[in-house]
Amino acid sequence: MAKAAAEMKDVTTRESGVVQERESEAVIRPPVDIFEDSEGITLEADMPGVSGDRLNLHVENDSLVVEGEASIDMPEGMEALYADVRATRYRRSFALSSELETDGIEASLRDGVLRVRIPKRAEVRPRRIEVRVE
Amino acid sequence: MFYSLGNSGGGLFDDIMRLNDEMDGAFARWPWPAGIRSVTRGTYPPVNVGSTPEQVDVFMFAAGLDPKTLDISIQKNLLSVAGERKAPVEKDVDYYRKERFDGAFRRVITLPDDVDPEQVDAHYRDGVLQIHVKRRETARPRQIEVK
Repeated sequence: MAKAAAEMKDVTTRESGVVQERESEAVIRPPVDIFEDSEGITLEADMPGVSGDRLNLHVENDSLVVEGEASIDMPEGMEALYADVRATRYRRSFALSSELETDGIEASLRDGVLRVRIPKRAEVRPRRIEVRVE
Repeated sequence: MFYSLGNSGGGLFDDIMRLNDEMDGAFARWPWPAGIRSVTRGTYPPVNVGSTPEQVDVFMFAAGLDPKTLDISIQKNLLSVAGERKAPVEKDVDYYRKERFDGAFRRVITLPDDVDPEQVDAHYRDGVLQIHVKRRETARPRQIEVK
């Protein structure tokens, strides 16, 4: 309990602008859905508490890295009575493969759900071969 | 110890990670007994409860929720939240992962005894449902002046 209280207080201090980076800081791995169709891959991640300006999505060493910082309104001096969530930072990464077009990645965020669309390169998309009937 | 590996890699380490998570969870809470209404780690939505002398705030980390599906009720100090989160399986695609919760949920949370069930409000922002319950005036600490 004391630990959880300290963590919730930690969020309060961070909101007031004191950002402390700790190497061992706990991170939340957001749950994801990943599915593929003929045009590309879609990834959806639950990141409640993250607003657009606190979301960081980038490609690094052929991996897609999803990061975000949750911010919630808490009155000053709040103590934790119960906490399922004991960290405010989300992070998860996914190795990409060469047939994916990283320059064409599109993402949107709504109600804490991140949706990322990774298109396949044009040359690997299945092509429909038309049969001319004469 | 698998934390850093799993975070950068994913895939192979995921199951170990999950096990590790569960164990961390069990030990992190020791020696406090679990509340009788507490739920398994990973249950949707996770909940935090915080308090100050004036109020109690319940935070539900419920991304992608339609607030219209929510049914929030309070009876004395028992807060109950029910709702539905839709994350349906898409058609004509191949799934690699389906970790996000889909369906109806209900959570019951025991609040401190001195909350005032008449003074509750709730709002939903960036996937977090915040329920704000005031404590009764008489229960708040009072400063007694010495004359």
